[in-house]
Amino acid sequence: MSEGNMRLTLKVWRQSNENTAGSFENYQLEGISPDMSFLEMFDVLNEQLVEAKQDPVAFDHDCREGICGMCSMHINGQPHGPLQGVTTCQLHMRSFKDGDTIVVEPWRAGSFPVIKDLVVDRDAFDRIISAGGFVSVNTGNAQDANNLPVPKEAADDAFAAAACIGCGACVAACKNASAMLFVSAKISQLALLPQGQVERKIRAEKMVAQMDAEGFGACSNTQACSAECPKGITFDNIARMNREYLGAKLSSTNV
Amino acid sequence: MIVMSWFTQTLTSSIGKKLIMSLTGLFLISFLVIHATINAMIFYNDGGETFSHWGHFMGTNPIVRTLEIGLVLGFLFHIYDGLMLTKNNREARPVKYASRNANANSTWYSRSMGLLGTLILIFLVVHTSHFWIPNRANQFSTGEELDLYNMMLEIFQNPWVVLLYVAGCFSLFWHLLHGFKSAFQTLGLYHIKYNGLISFVGVAFSIVVPLLFALMPIAMYMGWVH
Repeated sequence: MSEGNMRLTLKVWRQSNENTAGSFENYQLEGISPDMSFLEMFDVLNEQLVEAKQDPVAFDHDCREGICGMCSMHINGQPHGPLQGVTTCQLHMRSFKDGDTIVVEPWRAGSFPVIKDLVVDRDAFDRIISAGGFVSVNTGNAQDANNLPVPKEAADDAFAAAACIGCGACVAACKNASAMLFVSAKISQLALLPQGQVERKIRAEKMVAQMDAEGFGACSNTQACSAECPKGITFDNIARMNREYLGAKLSSTNV
Repeated sequence: MIVMSWFTQTLTSSIGKKLIMSLTGLFLISFLVIHATINAMIFYNDGGETFSHWGHFMGTNPIVRTLEIGLVLGFLFHIYDGLMLTKNNREARPVKYASRNANANSTWYSRSMGLLGTLILIFLVVHTSHFWIPNRANQFSTGEELDLYNMMLEIFQNPWVVLLYVAGCFSLFWHLLHGFKSAFQTLGLYHIKYNGLISFVGVAFSIVVPLLFALMPIAMYMGWVH
């Protein structure tokens, strides 16, 4: 790591818990290396806070490889910061300039209550998956690989949808705090594969019903979600979800 | 708890509300085609003869008058559903961001459909008070149609009215520029073979129709049409 030389002012959202009001705190940082990741820069801040016997900033993180979907900071008005196609852990300080003031907030959505500081509760996503984002099969020995032929194009599309890591940047970016890009990716990855066909209609119905029950907004087709998605989940998934849902509602036997 | 049938459940879901916005929006777009076409007859500049001929047909034909009820309902559903969606969408984010760089990921007009729709609604209140409401009221009370062409010539002598109409057309332009394409996306009609066509027709429609409408008060104010 190169010699640290950046001075930064951080404006960070601090909030004790879901039931208290939060506010911004300003922190001055010196000697930040442009090669540090954004989370490493927060590690430096937290070390300073701990040394000063202050409460460190709580933030979500896990793999720090851009694949787990845990990190969730809203940086200078954009989820995961200004760089396209990366999570916060893959954002590096070279994307900022010496002397910058950086505003860091948690995801803002009624369905994502703040647990502490920058950590939000994303259980709503898990409840949507539990409602139908799976295939019910008896497990056992793996079947022959060619038992269920899948066309290459379908496999590619399903894999692209399955790249969603459930970080919630789509909700954070959407002016309506809508979860439709997430839900549409999860519906698509199974709707495109033969294994997903049996429960296809009930899945679309139940997942959308749960999404609405969680209080996420509707889609205004601004496409902010796909523009900010660190995994490049494409907007056509939402069109597919609309087809899946409306088709299921018109033709399923659930009255 | 109210037990909802699958039908009302569908239409009151987030996707169902958007379906109503999309279908009523496309229906209103089809109305704009007829409205712009018939009003453009004033550009024949024949003292309103062609325009009044078709205006008479639209105002008296029983099939058109029946469809008009559907048109009023289409407007009401589009407005009501839009207000409900705006309310739900706002409630989905009770605490706003302090810093928001929304222009990095979306266009301002796609985020402002509620505002643009409200501006169009304000324009519509003025516009229908100028022509449609007095004409239908007169038909109801006396059975006679008003001379809409000469009413236009008179009303569009006021520069403030002309400005208001042009502002209304600008709002319509931005509203259509997002709404046309968005309506198809909501219906799930997103397809590599048709996206280009929908996009092109959407942009062309959004320019041509509001431009035609804006030229009507301008042409009458400037005396190009008399």
